[in-house]
Parts: sequence; structure tokens; C-alpha cells
Amino acid sequence: MTDPGLVERLRQRLPDARYFQIAALSSLLAVNCLRIDFGARPLGSAMAIGAALLTQWVCARMTGATVDLKSPLITGLSLSLLLRADAPWLYAVAAVVAIGSKFALRVDGKHIFNPAGFAIVVLLLTSNGVWISPGQWGADVWFAALLAFMAILVLSAARRADIAMFFLLSHAALLAARALWLGDPLAIPLHQLQSGSLLIFAFFMISDPRTAPDSAAGRFLFAFAVALSAHYMAFFMQMRPALYVALILLSPLTLLLDRLIPADRFIWTGAVQPGVSK
Amino acid sequence: MSNIARTFRAGVAAAAILSQLAAGPASAFCGFYVAQADTKLFNKSSKVVLARDGDETSITMASDYEGDVKQFAVVIPVPTFIERKQIGVVDPKTIDHIDRFTAPRLVEYDDEDPCHPAVATLSMMPAPPTMSLSRSERARSYGVTIEASYDVAEYDVLILSAKQSDGLVAWLTDNHYRIPPGAEQVLGSYIKQSMRFFVAKVNVDRMKAIGANYLRPLQVRYHSPKFMVPLRLGTVNAKGPQDLVVFALSKQGRIESSNYRTVMIPSGFDVPLYVKDEFGPFYKALFERSAARENIGAVFVEYAWDLGWCDPCAANPLSNKEVAELGARWIGVNDDAPYSLSRLSGGDGVFVTRLHVRYDAASFPEDVALLETKDRETYQGRYVLRHPWRGEASCKAADDYRKELPGSFATLARNLETMTGWAHSDIAARMEASGQPLPAK
Repeated sequence: MTDPGLVERLRQRLPDARYFQIAALSSLLAVNCLRIDFGARPLGSAMAIGAALLTQWVCARMTGATVDLKSPLITGLSLSLLLRADAPWLYAVAAVVAIGSKFALRVDGKHIFNPAGFAIVVLLLTSNGVWISPGQWGADVWFAALLAFMAILVLSAARRADIAMFFLLSHAALLAARALWLGDPLAIPLHQLQSGSLLIFAFFMISDPRTAPDSAAGRFLFAFAVALSAHYMAFFMQMRPALYVALILLSPLTLLLDRLIPADRFIWTGAVQPGVSK
Repeated sequence: MSNIARTFRAGVAAAAILSQLAAGPASAFCGFYVAQADTKLFNKSSKVVLARDGDETSITMASDYEGDVKQFAVVIPVPTFIERKQIGVVDPKTIDHIDRFTAPRLVEYDDEDPCHPAVATLSMMPAPPTMSLSRSERARSYGVTIEASYDVAEYDVLILSAKQSDGLVAWLTDNHYRIPPGAEQVLGSYIKQSMRFFVAKVNVDRMKAIGANYLRPLQVRYHSPKFMVPLRLGTVNAKGPQDLVVFALSKQGRIESSNYRTVMIPSGFDVPLYVKDEFGPFYKALFERSAARENIGAVFVEYAWDLGWCDPCAANPLSNKEVAELGARWIGVNDDAPYSLSRLSGGDGVFVTRLHVRYDAASFPEDVALLETKDRETYQGRYVLRHPWRGEASCKAADDYRKELPGSFATLARNLETMTGWAHSDIAARMEASGQPLPAK
């Protein structure tokens, strides 16, 4: 149905995918604040975003890296949407942990953990004041977000964004299999899929190209392993933050996968062509 | 047969958790008692008290069962085997008490003399409960195991496990439970999740011996990471949506749903004076409109507060004994003194969340899973009556006040119309009759 050449040409004319991601997450935060409250608070969100940007700036200065604020902005927005805390400063702590982990926990020049996922797990384990939002946005917002995220994926994102689809399909297949086994109506797995945090997880965390395995086969294996572990933790251990815990526990596996199935390392670059204004 | 059918539905609904909200008067603990909804606000409703401490859960179920007690029966899925000491009955008055204490409230103020100053407050509110279920011997041939059989006050209780849903359905049917079509599928799902079934029915002889003339809510306590309210059985064959009110007691903070939207009920706005006599219908309309706005797919928070204090209070505080009776045994005291924050030195407190769910099979396909947050922010359904100042005094402020009064009446009418969907013309007429005429257009 789609001319692959057309999509490719379109991609090349589009700026860095992260601009679209930032726009999508910011829109969600705006919807939360203005229309359908799903729990994010302006002060906490400002703390998360501000601290993420600041930490990135400081760390980049210290390590001599170029200061690029797009990724920390995405991390800050993700934390705003997913994390809940009883004190706003905890959002700042989460952001510092998230961005700090990028610079501190590296192997072969690649960071191991998705920053936001790592911060969520660390804070859940160490702080008494945080919990996570299941992200029940209501069906309308959920579908709108799904479409927007998919569009970003297809149009602009890197080749390795396939991991988001690998993961969502594995996750959905496991839910459907469970329903089949239990004799439950299909309405149940469909309802279980309608979680906003699931979308953010799939499109922004596990699919983070900097921490995903380099090869397509590696990404598929990794996505399935995370889906399977999370399913077990959620349904057999009744763990609410199962997705994040599974991702962080299994992230070191990417190092192994990259060694077993080597492929090119991902680098963020704007696909801006000469002559196209930013 | 229709009796039996009715009974089973009642029982299963309780398992699912039934409820209905009747409003009761609140005592004027820290203000004047203002309004009350004196009928059952919500038909087909049930009340559940949950107390959660780590992996320990206590669930107390109250239904509004009004039929012949001989017909009363409940089937409740539970995650583990239940020992005798984990089952008890609770005084229905205690559940009524926490219901009144946490109910949405109407607060009343008098506008002060604009030339000088003043104040007053008040509270009130609605709600109700009950429960249900059954037993046998040839169970094994059905693939049903009676794991235990207990006498609990006026109830005969069985703990069943089953291998197949058809065996369980056959057993229940042969033991005079009319199973609605569709229940088998749900029971099968619970069986595969290794859940047991808590089955209770009334022992009429023992009930007489005890001298009880009403059914007391059953309480079951268990250790399991599962933290949910099983309402699927109650949706089977149900005619239209049902209401469930959950009173959740926790150590750390507000309880919310992890698989449905949790929404704060609209609160904190002024309403016309005549709502004082219509508080029940007002709240019912407000709730129904809010539920419709969420396509019935949400869980509403009507109250979230530290149980140790209230402002304004809709009822007297619960006693330590009542709090412990409802499952929050961690408070460590069991006397008649009022439970209050100041009594606790360093120990764990009790946070109460009142959740109101309107559910049907389409909007609530799966059981409501819950999670405990660390959020201790206070919230309550609270609606305000303001009596206009009618003094004669004259000063610039008083002149301004009188000038603005009609406009403020229009705001009240708009609030009421938006929140309840009531017709503007009715609101205008009722307001006029109660001395709050709307400005002419």
C-alpha cells in the first residue's frame, strides 16, 4: 500500500525523530494538565524536566561531550508521565539518577539502561515516596497516542524502532494466550492493552535506540524476553511495575546480544538535508 | 425456582460485591447537621471494606440483601486457602459508620455581613450493605474438593477448590444454586488462576440461637500479593450497571485502581440552597453524569483522607475498635476511644479511600486491580450551601454585595446544571421559590 521509496524520501526530509517524540509527549502532558487528569502535576513535571536538562548539561560539560538536550527532555517528559511522588523534589532526584546513569553506567561507549526506566526502578526500590502511574488515559487519548507514536515510528524513526513493534506484539500475544487459556473473553486482553504507560514503555523505553541491541535478531530476542519476564512478574508475582523491572533486569543482556550478533552501533543524527531549513 | 435464581444472583453479586447507597443522617460532630439523602440512592449496590497491610488483605462484604435469609448465599473467589480464624463477621453498624464518615457531604455557610464579618459549617451523607452463599459431600465426583467447612456465627462456610468449571457448576446446581448462564466461564477462569471459592449460606437454627435478626457482613482475611476486587461474577447476567463502594484502609496512602482510570469526583463548588432538601438526588445525578462522562469506565474517589481526622466531619470518628474490626488491626489498639491521629506516636496510621465504581460487563471486563500509592493528600466530595446575607446595614461593601447577588445565583444555577444535567427551567423555578431568583435575561 505504501511506496517504500516514498517513505524513505519522506524520512530523509524530516528532522530528528526526537523532535516529534518531544512534541507527542508534551502534548500528552498538556492533555493531562488541561483536559483529562491522569496524575501528572505541573511542579513535579517541571522538576523532572528541569533536573534532566541540567544534569545532561553538567555531565556533558564534565565529559567534554556535545550538549544535546533532546534526549534528556524526552527522559524528563517520560518521568513526568509515568512516575508519581508525594514530594516534587523526588522528581528531580529521579531525573538526576536517570541522566546520571547514562554517563556513569556505560560499557563499550554505550549506556546499558534506559535512563527513565532505570530511575523508576531505583526510586521504587529505595524511596518510600514514589509509585507508578498505570497510565489510564481513557480510550480516546490512548488511541490518539498510539496512532501518533506509530506515525513517528514509521515516518522518522530509526531502523531499530522495530523493537517497539516486536515488544507490543509479544506482549499482546502473551495476553491473548493467557485469555485463551483462562477461557476469558477477548475484551480482557484488549482492556489490558489500553494502558498509557505500556505505550510510553514500548515507544520510548525499550525502543530507546541507544540501549536496544544493535542487530534486528537481537532486538527481537530482547523484546520477547522482556515481554515474557514482565508477563510472569505481573500475573504470577502480582508485581505492578513489572515492565520496568523486567527491562532493567534484562538490559545487561543487550551487551551479550551485541557480542553474539554484532551490527552497527546507533548514533542519533538529524536527517536534515542540505538546503532544508530547520 | 425463581426464588433460588434470585438468591443466586444476590449471592454472586455480593461475591462480585454488591451495593447500594442509602443515605443516613450524620451527626453534627463539628458543625450543624445539614442534609441527608434518606432513601437508597443507588439501587443494586454493595459495599466492601478492604484493609491492606503488605500482602495481608482483609475483605468485608456487605450487601443489601432483603429477601428470606434461607435463600441467602454467596460465592466469593479467594486467592488462597482460608482457615477458620481468618473468617469473621462484622457489625453492620460499623460499615454504616465508615460509610457515613466518608460520604460526600453538603456544607453550609452563612454569608457574613459585608460591613462586618462571621461563619458556620456542616456536613452529611449517604450509603448501605450485606452479603451471601453454600455446601456438599458428594463433591469429589464433581471434581470439587471441600477443603474446609466452618461454622461462622450465623453462616455455614465452605472453602471449595475445583478442577473444572463444569464440575463446580454441576455441584453448585445440585446443591440448589441456580447458576446464571455465563458464570461457568468466569468460574473456569478463577479455577485456572488457582483461586478457591468461599461459599457461605445462612444457618437458620444458629441464627435463631444467636438471636440475630439480620445478616452480618462476612469478613475474610488472607495473605496474598493479589490485591483486587472480584466483580466479574456480579456482571454475569446482570440487568444494567451496578454500584460498588469500596472503603479501602491502608497504611501509606490513597488506594487507586491499576487497571481502570481512577478519577476524583467533582467537588468543592457552591450549589443553590434548595439542594439542601435534594442532596440525595443531587449527588446521585452528579455521580451518574460523571460516570457517563467516563463511559462508565472509571473508578471514582469520593473520599481520601487520614482516618485520624476530618474537616468537616460527616459523622463522629470511628472508635479504635471499629477501625480494627474493619481489618486495620495494625493500629494495635482495640478500645472504644475515638481513633485519632494524635493517639499514634510513630506507629502506622490508617488512610481511608472511598472508591465508587459503577460497573457492567462491557465497561469492566476484568476485576478491578488495586494498588497502594504514597499519596496522603486529602480529598472529599464536598458541596457548599451559602446563605445570602439579608441584613439591612448599609455601607459600600453591602451595596456591592447586593448588586452581585443575582449574578452569583446565576453561577449556582450553572454549576448545578453542568454537574447534574438537570433542566435549567426547573432549577430556576426551585431557586426562585427558595429566595434565590435568577436575574432576568
